[in-house]
Amino acid sequence: MQKITREQLIDKAVALLADGTVSCVLGWSKGEFDYDVTPAMFNNEEELKANFVFNDFCGVNFSKYLVAKTQKCEGKILVFLKPCDTYSFNQLLTEHRFDREKVYAVGIPCEGMADIAKVKEICGDGISSIAFEGEKMAVTTLYEDAPVMLAANDVLAERCINCKSKKCVAFDELMGDEGNVIDSNRFDEVEKLEAMTPDERFAFWQNELSRCIRCNACRDACPACTCEKCVFDNPNSGVENKSPANSFEEKMFHIIRAFHVAGRCTDCGECSRVCPQNIPLHLLNRKFIKDMNEFYGEYQAGAEVGSRAPLVNYTTEDLEPGEVFDRRDTDA
Amino acid sequence: MQVNEYKPLIVAFCCNWCSYAGADLAGNNRLNYPAEVKIIRVPCSCRVNPMFILRAFQRGADGVIICGCHPGDCHYTSGNYYTRRRMAALFSMLDYLGIEKERTRVEWVSAAEGAKFAATMNDFVEKVVALGENKRLEDLRCKK
Amino acid sequence: MRKCSLDKINLVFAEIAKNAALYLPVDQNDGSAAYKKWEEGTVWSNALNTVRSPKDFFFPQTEDLMAFKVEGKNIEVMDTRSESEDFVVFGVRACDVKSFDILDRVFLTEPVDSFYGSRRQHGIIISLACTRPSETCFCKTFGIDPSEPAGDISAWKTETEIFFLANTEKGEELLNKLSALTEECDDSAVNAQKEKITAIMDKLPLKELKTDAFGGGKTNELFDAPEWAELSQSCLGCGTCTFVCPTCQCYDIKDFNTGNGVIRYRCWDSCMYSDFTKMAHGNNRLTQKERFRQRFMHKLVYFPENNDGEFSCVGCGRCLAKCPISMNIVKVMKKIGGNKSE
Repeated sequence: MQKITREQLIDKAVALLADGTVSCVLGWSKGEFDYDVTPAMFNNEEELKANFVFNDFCGVNFSKYLVAKTQKCEGKILVFLKPCDTYSFNQLLTEHRFDREKVYAVGIPCEGMADIAKVKEICGDGISSIAFEGEKMAVTTLYEDAPVMLAANDVLAERCINCKSKKCVAFDELMGDEGNVIDSNRFDEVEKLEAMTPDERFAFWQNELSRCIRCNACRDACPACTCEKCVFDNPNSGVENKSPANSFEEKMFHIIRAFHVAGRCTDCGECSRVCPQNIPLHLLNRKFIKDMNEFYGEYQAGAEVGSRAPLVNYTTEDLEPGEVFDRRDTDA
Repeated sequence: MQVNEYKPLIVAFCCNWCSYAGADLAGNNRLNYPAEVKIIRVPCSCRVNPMFILRAFQRGADGVIICGCHPGDCHYTSGNYYTRRRMAALFSMLDYLGIEKERTRVEWVSAAEGAKFAATMNDFVEKVVALGENKRLEDLRCKK
Repeated sequence: MRKCSLDKINLVFAEIAKNAALYLPVDQNDGSAAYKKWEEGTVWSNALNTVRSPKDFFFPQTEDLMAFKVEGKNIEVMDTRSESEDFVVFGVRACDVKSFDILDRVFLTEPVDSFYGSRRQHGIIISLACTRPSETCFCKTFGIDPSEPAGDISAWKTETEIFFLANTEKGEELLNKLSALTEECDDSAVNAQKEKITAIMDKLPLKELKTDAFGGGKTNELFDAPEWAELSQSCLGCGTCTFVCPTCQCYDIKDFNTGNGVIRYRCWDSCMYSDFTKMAHGNNRLTQKERFRQRFMHKLVYFPENNDGEFSCVGCGRCLAKCPISMNIVKVMKKIGGNKSE
């Protein structure tokens, strides 16, 4: 359950529209059901009151939208940023991907977002309504008369269970508390995989990646993937094969995707959220983050504007690629 | 009797300024290293894009080695420092996906180190032969 | 009509698998279901439907068309066709069965796509009535009745039994082979089941969705509708909706250079991609709005125009469940259709 309410956000947006600070609002628009929320632009109070929502299903990271929207919109855009969105916001600014002057960012606290797949796992298909009652979520289905009461923790998205920070690191204005960086357990799963034998790891990834349908949603939703023309969209690149024709193609796509955002990935978790086949893509990104933290010192992409990512930096004393394994093997 | 001896295919990316000259020196000095090593000359070791490595495996390589100038000696001042970081990250990722770590390597070979070049290649090929054919990053379409 | 106890379902699967590859929905470790080849020990999933549609069986995501090998001055053209295996797909829902009719209209009209055609000949479909539709289901909008699934054999599942009814010669033949495991029965249990399903269908949230505003001949009216801009404003341009869709049938033909030859293959393409139908002069749809509009105009206007009013959507709800930003055909139909009918 979110601490900040839809009404508070609408009031803020209406006030900023009224005093001319912003000319439009990037927010979440309500859907067909109580959980399918779509990002949308709002131009006035009527539109906000009719369709704006804020609830546990507003997981979409808005930062990437700013790249396109700031070019189209005249005047400033009001954007509501959850703590993890602010890291992506900073990272995009570091890479000069949009004009900071065209955005009015309001940092909002986030209590973690729900994963509709987890709701369905517990309550089954056929959800007719989801209501928020105090700390609980009341889920009514077509098949049961009484609603199922769920605690937020029962259905928290993986990325929110392992939330790295509740601190808004970029904003023009803050609503609610500033929040803190959290000591998360986000690398536990990576460590588990590292502890396996190569054969087990290979089997694990072969099974996961074989489900890939190459829809490119992981890339298209990623706030770090903002190339104007992706190598995988370029028919002249020689690697644009459009489909996971075999296990090599699957691995190549995912290695290159993760490598391309290595050091720039803020670990917002959008890739895993959008994957229609539920491939745990964040485990690839987190491996890079964990490695770079260990090899080159702690680094959080997007924690500040202008910081130099590990892969575009070096020291003369860096460890050798071969030593990566020597180190691990002596640890074990 | 005919013995089906396994011959691996090794791709060696060598920087133009040091390692390629090192390979040349190995040849001039008549030092032996396996003929299965195919050298691809690149302007600098940091020219090697992760995609090059994956594509080499796709096209049938059993091992990929990158050779560049010793750290500090890069013709372009800092190229090999970037190589060092990139490849550390990439090779660690390949290992994470269960691909044998002995199939990839970075080695610094100067123009004067013909003997090191030959020794490195001999050692690398030996390790790859011990692993056998590359099965985990292969593209069967390319093997027909 | 024939029936069989669910305890014996594995014997039925084993019998079918004797003569043909049998594919059926199986639970995966991520909680979703997918079609898998049956072998001893495979457990049939209870899920309403699979993430990927069964169109894969007739129109796979990638398919080699031919290969070339160059030796000296000779170019050898090689046949790579492999679609001659007999197979049975079990547990196909009514919506997905209907999608094969739509694909047939594309691939089996002249010039016939022989790859698709021979897969259709070699495949037998055993459908399954839905007992627990999801809130995302809207097959009724397109005249599909989930209690009366088509296919070579229709099946209904109750708590303890499964009922089969053959609809085609191929189905009859297969059902005859199962005669030792099944017994003749009347249709009272199935009729009770159908009534239950109909009652649930009336409770579905999308039951009122109408196609009145769409259909052939509406191109001029809808093409420049101002709503397209708003509907498409958040579209990421990924291919999720097109790849999970049972009726999307666009493909691209590409050459893959293997280093010692060429494999010509086709693979699914998506109208959401920036290089879709790219030609010498570039792309004909430059913005995501145009690409987004293409998808829905194709399903709701162009396709019925060329196919006797048949829409190319079956209301399976996969795109509703899977779109990363929850934009989908239902929202399009309500927004554009709603305004037009007022």
